[in-house]
Amino acid sequence: MRITINVNGTSESHEVEARTLLVHYLRDEAGLTGTNIGCDTTSCGACTVLLNGESVKSCTVLAAQAEGTDVTTIEGLADADGRMHPVQQAFQEYHGLQCGYCTPGMVMAVTSLLAENPDPTEEDIRVGLEGNLCRCTGYHNIVAAALAASKIPELRA
Amino acid sequence: MSILGNRVQRREDPKFLTVGGTYVADLDLPGSVHLTFVRSSMAHASIQTIDTSGAVTMPGVLAVYTHADLGLGNLPPIMDMTPVTMTRSILASGTVRYVGEPIVAIVAETRQAAADATEQVIVEYEPLPAVVDPAEALKDEVLLFPEAGTNTAFTLDFGGDSALFEGCEVVVDRTIANQRVAPCPLEVRSSAARMDADGRLEFYASTQAPHGVRQMLATALALPADRVHVVAPDVGGGFGAKGSVYPEELMVGWCALHLDRPIRWTETRSESMLGLGHGRAQVQRIRLGGNRDGVIRAYRIEVLQDGGAYPDFGTVLPFMTRTMTSGVYAIPKAECSSVSVVTNTTPTVAYRGAGRPEATSAIERAVDMFAAEIGMDPAEVRRRNLIGPDAFPYDTPTGTTYDTGNYRGTLDLALEVAGYDDLRAEQQRRRTSGDVRQLGIGLSCYVEITNGMPDGEFGAVEVRPDGRVTVRTGTSPHGQGHVTAWSMLVADQLGVRMEDIEVIHGDTDVVPRGGGTMGSRSLQVGGAAVNQAAIAVVDQGKDLAADLFEAAPEDVVLDKARGLFHVVGSPALTHSWADLARAALDRSGTPLLAEVDLASPGPTFPFGTHVSVVEVDTETGKVTLLRHIAVDDAGRIVNPLLAEGQVHGGIAQGVAQALLEEVVYDQEGNPLTSTLADYSFISAAELPTYETRFTETPTPVNALGSKGIGESGTIGSTPAVHNAVCDAVAHLGVRHVDMPTTPTRVWRAIQDATAGRS
Repeated sequence: MRITINVNGTSESHEVEARTLLVHYLRDEAGLTGTNIGCDTTSCGACTVLLNGESVKSCTVLAAQAEGTDVTTIEGLADADGRMHPVQQAFQEYHGLQCGYCTPGMVMAVTSLLAENPDPTEEDIRVGLEGNLCRCTGYHNIVAAALAASKIPELRA
Repeated sequence: MSILGNRVQRREDPKFLTVGGTYVADLDLPGSVHLTFVRSSMAHASIQTIDTSGAVTMPGVLAVYTHADLGLGNLPPIMDMTPVTMTRSILASGTVRYVGEPIVAIVAETRQAAADATEQVIVEYEPLPAVVDPAEALKDEVLLFPEAGTNTAFTLDFGGDSALFEGCEVVVDRTIANQRVAPCPLEVRSSAARMDADGRLEFYASTQAPHGVRQMLATALALPADRVHVVAPDVGGGFGAKGSVYPEELMVGWCALHLDRPIRWTETRSESMLGLGHGRAQVQRIRLGGNRDGVIRAYRIEVLQDGGAYPDFGTVLPFMTRTMTSGVYAIPKAECSSVSVVTNTTPTVAYRGAGRPEATSAIERAVDMFAAEIGMDPAEVRRRNLIGPDAFPYDTPTGTTYDTGNYRGTLDLALEVAGYDDLRAEQQRRRTSGDVRQLGIGLSCYVEITNGMPDGEFGAVEVRPDGRVTVRTGTSPHGQGHVTAWSMLVADQLGVRMEDIEVIHGDTDVVPRGGGTMGSRSLQVGGAAVNQAAIAVVDQGKDLAADLFEAAPEDVVLDKARGLFHVVGSPALTHSWADLARAALDRSGTPLLAEVDLASPGPTFPFGTHVSVVEVDTETGKVTLLRHIAVDDAGRIVNPLLAEGQVHGGIAQGVAQALLEEVVYDQEGNPLTSTLADYSFISAAELPTYETRFTETPTPVNALGSKGIGESGTIGSTPAVHNAVCDAVAHLGVRHVDMPTTPTRVWRAIQDATAGRS
């Protein structure tokens, strides 16, 4: 079946098997390999992307379900001039990543979380990120980065 | 001013944050096909028949292989230390010994076609009795390898002193579990291979040790090592488990040799939970004796190591446990013996700490039990037994020589940061009032060994004619930040900008030799090698500049602030690195390059004290980690931002073992934790923000004065949290709760203790 999705502002249209997951559509058809796969039980959140502005685990959405939607992946978060989004900047500044594998999903999850709750407590962030697993950072600097990003005026507008 | 010691942000990050890393599964390999495996659903069985006829005819299937098709013998024993009779083949031959063992390999045009084809393979098994409990395996009633005549794969026995505890007023004696856990890097195992234009095997590996992969591919596939080119692209975590080379990876190489297509293999997480090696898995009998004044006089640990179905690195790790037997304490007599057995479970491998967390957990629990027995504060017992700061180098009873340490310094600082006396007062208040939520305070004083199987490392620094610098290293980072740290070392020596330095790692054609990244070795050997190469390049630069200036080399100085050479007293007349690199090429046709094979500098011994504060709900057994204080000393810190990151990650994994994570099998060897939905991988919601500090006691072992920091967090944290949980309920009569201290276990321990069954 042919699926058309607006990915990072570009209309992508590809012929895929009906069982194709959104994450495989993004990686294999759209060629956006920034979104990673870390499990097969919707547990790890490595594949988190924004679907119409809200975070979803793209391993648990069929590409067909995303027909006609706007999807944002890590590749689409920086602005047109390549300037990193405040959440990306905070991850850099606070050393919120090590091996980088959970990072795209984690950044998208934090972006979504801050959109939903612009003034979160540390507890809000920890609970909000429960579905995004990281094995390297112990979450310490991810939480610090998310808290710092929440203080950036640009995100609070 | 030196850049070393500064919180320099990572150069690696922008790519990961904007487009993501390039992991094996992300590589663009035109025409590639997918490999997948049919795996054993039985823990122990003899294979009667394998019917692949249904798979061969499936659409898109290119090849189906069983052991008989490969024509290869068994893989070699691990480090020549385990029995040849217990080696394995790439695909199961005759007998399967754990659930998840690969039996059939299928190559198909797409991932989906390969997965569909696995469903069409029929394996007929004749079940054999499974041995899951290592204590059962030790009895040799059911043998995994009848030809070996035993399940024992490795032993350490240096004899024992039957009078070890003679004269001790108190001896505590307990058998405790250091449970099996899953390393769980976020990127599962993945590799890809193709034949290059010269007919060499080009192999992409998600590994910690590309040169090790090259060697293993060459050995297993009977190729000269120079016909194998291994590249580790970005690697999504390893934690020791990607230091081993797995049969599936060798199968990828074999398929590339035999099919004229690039081969890809990426396992699923559910496969990874069974196929990637597991960690820890020790049963420990610990005995500690001393006097009522708190002085420890003797200690003994007997390790029963579960090696899993085929001896891998985990089988020999008790050697590292033995190395660190007596920890930070000046114990006159200490012994360690071990037996490693095979069981019908996933093989055990190195996992962050690799034998040392097991040693620390054992002695730190023993010290706490001893403190409880004599009624003395555990901090005071530790104070009375710590090796003093003037005692280094210090020889332990099990033959280890510690380089440097200031154990009391980290204990004092950790207690101060924690506010230890106030915590004890709060604990007393809650005990007195019978609060449902009891407070537990746990300590762990640790020392560990890094570069523990001491070896050297390759490092090279080359200045190019455009003045840019290329660094090549034999270490293979997968999150540690070597590009940033090695750039700092070279910038500091050469006086060049970090952005003008390129660091190359993980390509065996470009980096001729390398030990990879494991055992917290990288900075102290790989960084030290790069540092030494940088110093050598500066010396070469001075000689070249002296020629150009027509001055004596000893009169030439490098102004590091400007990155320019000049003659003493004449700072206006200068030569740049680019000038000298061109001069080198002009004069001798050779680049301005230093390659260093750093000889093994020996191990170092990082140490520290962790304090953990937990709350235990005595009605439900639920444990909440409130605070975790970590004071670590890894000698000189090159980049505190990176060092803290290592500590943070280690703490989380250590806490996970103390509170949550455990790989569980049923009695038939069926895995019960084979997905991330079943395995309690720790999340942000279960952890606090950590309170970390460093003290810096340099080591004389390397020029940087640095020790390893990669595993300290894991080693220090587990016993602190575990001791805190036991401490929270000690006043109820609980003496010990095995890890992971889940609500069920804690609740049951409280019930047993209050019923007098402790």
